[in-house]
Amino acid sequence: MSTLSTEVPDRNAGNIAVVNAPTTSATGERKGLTKKEIAADHPTWCPGCGDFSVLALYFKLIEKRKIWHEKITTVAGIGCSSRFPYFVQAHGAHFIHGRALPFASGISLSRPDLHVFVFGGDGDAFSIGGNHFNHTARKNVKMTYCVMDNWVYGLTKKQTSPTSPLGFKSKTDQWGAVDYPINPMKQAISAGATFVARTTHTNPNHVLQMMEAAMDHDGFSFIECLSECVEFYEGAFDASNPRKGGVFNEVPKTHDVTDELAAYKLAGEPFPGSFGIFYKVSKPTKNAKEAEINKSFQAKTTGMKDWQILQKNFDRMK
Amino acid sequence: MSDTIAEASSSGGAQKVGKINEAVIRIAGNSQDGIQAIGGFLARLAGRSEQEVMTFMTIPSTISGGPSIFQVRIGSGEVLSAGDEADMLLCFYQHSYEDHIKSLKLGGIVLYDADHVQPRSDWEEIYRHVGVNISSLTVEAVGGTGRDKGKNIFAMGLLAKIFDLNVPKLTKLIEERFGGKDPTIVQNALVCFNGGYNHSLENLLKTYQFYAPEKKDRHQVVMNGNEALGYGLIAAGVRFGAGYPITPWSDIMELLRRELPKYGGSFIQTEDEIAAISMAIGASYGGRVAVTGSSGPGISLKTEALGWAVMAEMPLVIVDVQRGGPSTGMPTNIEQSDLNIACFGGHGDSPRVVIAPTSVEDCFYTAIEAVNIARKYSTPVIILTDQGIATRIEAFEEPNLEKVCQDISPNFTTVADHKPYDLSKPDGITQHLAPGTRIESGKYPIVTGLEHDELGHPTGSPKLHQEMTAKRRNKLRKLAWEFPKLKTYGPDEGQILLVGWGSSQGPIREAVDRARGIGEAVSGLTIKHINPLPNGLEEIFKGFHHIFVVELNDEGIYGYGQLASLLRARYCDARIRGINKSDGLTWKVKEILDRARVLASDKK
Repeated sequence: MSTLSTEVPDRNAGNIAVVNAPTTSATGERKGLTKKEIAADHPTWCPGCGDFSVLALYFKLIEKRKIWHEKITTVAGIGCSSRFPYFVQAHGAHFIHGRALPFASGISLSRPDLHVFVFGGDGDAFSIGGNHFNHTARKNVKMTYCVMDNWVYGLTKKQTSPTSPLGFKSKTDQWGAVDYPINPMKQAISAGATFVARTTHTNPNHVLQMMEAAMDHDGFSFIECLSECVEFYEGAFDASNPRKGGVFNEVPKTHDVTDELAAYKLAGEPFPGSFGIFYKVSKPTKNAKEAEINKSFQAKTTGMKDWQILQKNFDRMK
Repeated sequence: MSDTIAEASSSGGAQKVGKINEAVIRIAGNSQDGIQAIGGFLARLAGRSEQEVMTFMTIPSTISGGPSIFQVRIGSGEVLSAGDEADMLLCFYQHSYEDHIKSLKLGGIVLYDADHVQPRSDWEEIYRHVGVNISSLTVEAVGGTGRDKGKNIFAMGLLAKIFDLNVPKLTKLIEERFGGKDPTIVQNALVCFNGGYNHSLENLLKTYQFYAPEKKDRHQVVMNGNEALGYGLIAAGVRFGAGYPITPWSDIMELLRRELPKYGGSFIQTEDEIAAISMAIGASYGGRVAVTGSSGPGISLKTEALGWAVMAEMPLVIVDVQRGGPSTGMPTNIEQSDLNIACFGGHGDSPRVVIAPTSVEDCFYTAIEAVNIARKYSTPVIILTDQGIATRIEAFEEPNLEKVCQDISPNFTTVADHKPYDLSKPDGITQHLAPGTRIESGKYPIVTGLEHDELGHPTGSPKLHQEMTAKRRNKLRKLAWEFPKLKTYGPDEGQILLVGWGSSQGPIREAVDRARGIGEAVSGLTIKHINPLPNGLEEIFKGFHHIFVVELNDEGIYGYGQLASLLRARYCDARIRGINKSDGLTWKVKEILDRARVLASDKK
């Protein structure tokens, strides 16, 4: 029964919630951050990469919504786009390939005071991390997940990705991709995501609009943002870019965002399809459900200190 | 050794009550017969009577049914193992009788259900046979439902009679266990119990009585290792965990899922093992050390994320309830074959802390120690327990909860500046700063699995990779100096030193006692801190001619078990040899001593 003698912190009276939200100075005292204050390392992306505009709009979101450094957490897995946290001057984590969502869930479920933003690519989201995407969506864990979809593996230099269209010639499919691609929007809707939106890096105002709406959504909010890889899949999204002769169609004004089947239909449109919020419903989050369980249990232990609650268990084992 | 049933029986034939110091009772039946319940009652009774107790059970890994045993050893003195041989075998079926009679001491008692067991005449000569129509008498007692449900409680009544157990205390335990919605359940249980207790045992020569145990200062609590570990984590202040069900780890996750909400915490069942560790790491990153755990293949799945926690220097507690491996292996059997994956699993140089609790009581305190090391050294800590400790029940002195419970809420005080991987800190020890903390310099940390500079930004610098690798290793070297100095069990000089870890501590100590009892110079040593190893072991080894590492794992291609290999690598001491087995069962004291004697006489 040797315990290592590390210091035992003083106990606060009462129970410890999952987190005591940090006390910051009263609102208004601090101004919103400038772009300079929120930018960290210079991005390592190739010149012309679509990810630059997503980063710039994330900065803009932070500026516009006056979010402070310590109020956000930026999380990513592995991939070109997953380098994101290094470029943001705020608490951040660069986790392992495909597992950014469970990592972010751990933050979200234990730290209700933080905005959790997850950035990643199509490989991270739909290939190695595919199952985490389904389960985080169905559990409706509160966070915003922005997938910068470029239809190719860029960091490893041009292999087929789960969203590469049939016939795409890559180093692992020199004769053209033969596997049917995943449709991220359909995937998100059928998995139970409560906010599903689609945007593209070539329309900055639209990206920001989607980011804001996603951030304000109480639940798992998913954005598929087309983000061109100029190095390995140039021109992939030209058909969605009016400057390249394509069309940028917004989701029709008549679309009912709570209509799952209508959303699924939109998701099935051939490229370039529509952009905007496909699906948005209000459902209790995992965070809220866990909090409710805690509330009902804690009602029975009101006024008791933690050791007293534990003592009750031990008394039954005598 | 103390008076046992066989001894008490053979001496003084006239007396009606034999005084005994301890008894080993093996109950054999099928897994749905509630034999674990009898064992649980007896263990709990022993705890309430200030006696020592240890149990051992096997459960089939089938979903329902199959032969199962529960062995209880109750003693008025110290109980170190579940016992090599039983004093009494309670058997419900012919197969239980035939499969387990060999576990009985010569002269021991077979208490059998005469409805199902046909005794063999050759065995009747060497074991005392007591037949009772347990099944039909239970049906009769309960009132003709035609089902023998409750025969376990009836049999417990018989045991209560034979061992003069405290009936008011047992009655209270039955009421606590079965009390609740339907009062007829308690009534039926008590009817069964009294039926057994009042049954006339003409063919039993006498009954037994335990010597009064020593008075203990504090109450005893009775629980199994998984419970002790789960409650230990709560006492340590852990309020978040994530896991995926797998035997025998699941009990801990079920306990935490049920208990944590009372403290404002949560335990999340995830979609898989990888998500579980990732989520726990995420919560740790959030500021409060979180827990994940698993067994067998689940541990293999977690190794990549574990490597991240080493690299990113994130505090984390990982419980590994070892079972037989590799692959799906033997899910309900004991083995100590995860030492290597715990210490070295994963790619790259990834030092982490591994601690192996040695008893049920130790599980509770190890949980607290693990959390404190994780915090202080910003490192993942693996608690390497095993199926044996996980499922066995022990009575131990109740911890002073007011004193040991700790608050580890994150501290969000604004700091002037922060470097998550500050190389100027002594011994490479840095602490994680939770998100939500304001940093006045405006420079915020990134935690990462890429090799990084002091602020957590990626680097390809050869110098930095070397320095950061050294940082991650040096802090654990420093930790090794904090461990308490190890002492031998028994004199610090002699012929043979039996080195063990984890649940083998009990049988090893009993082996030492037994060997010393007949004049053999044998001592024991338990290594609880497996990685880093404590310093000064070479000084202890100097006092002995032979150093035998007793492990429940295979001797491997090169002839040494997992801890033995580690010790040989560290101390280059050719006297270190292994006593290994991989039959999925706990050590018998006799096995250890027989093997040690043979090995000592082998001049290798």
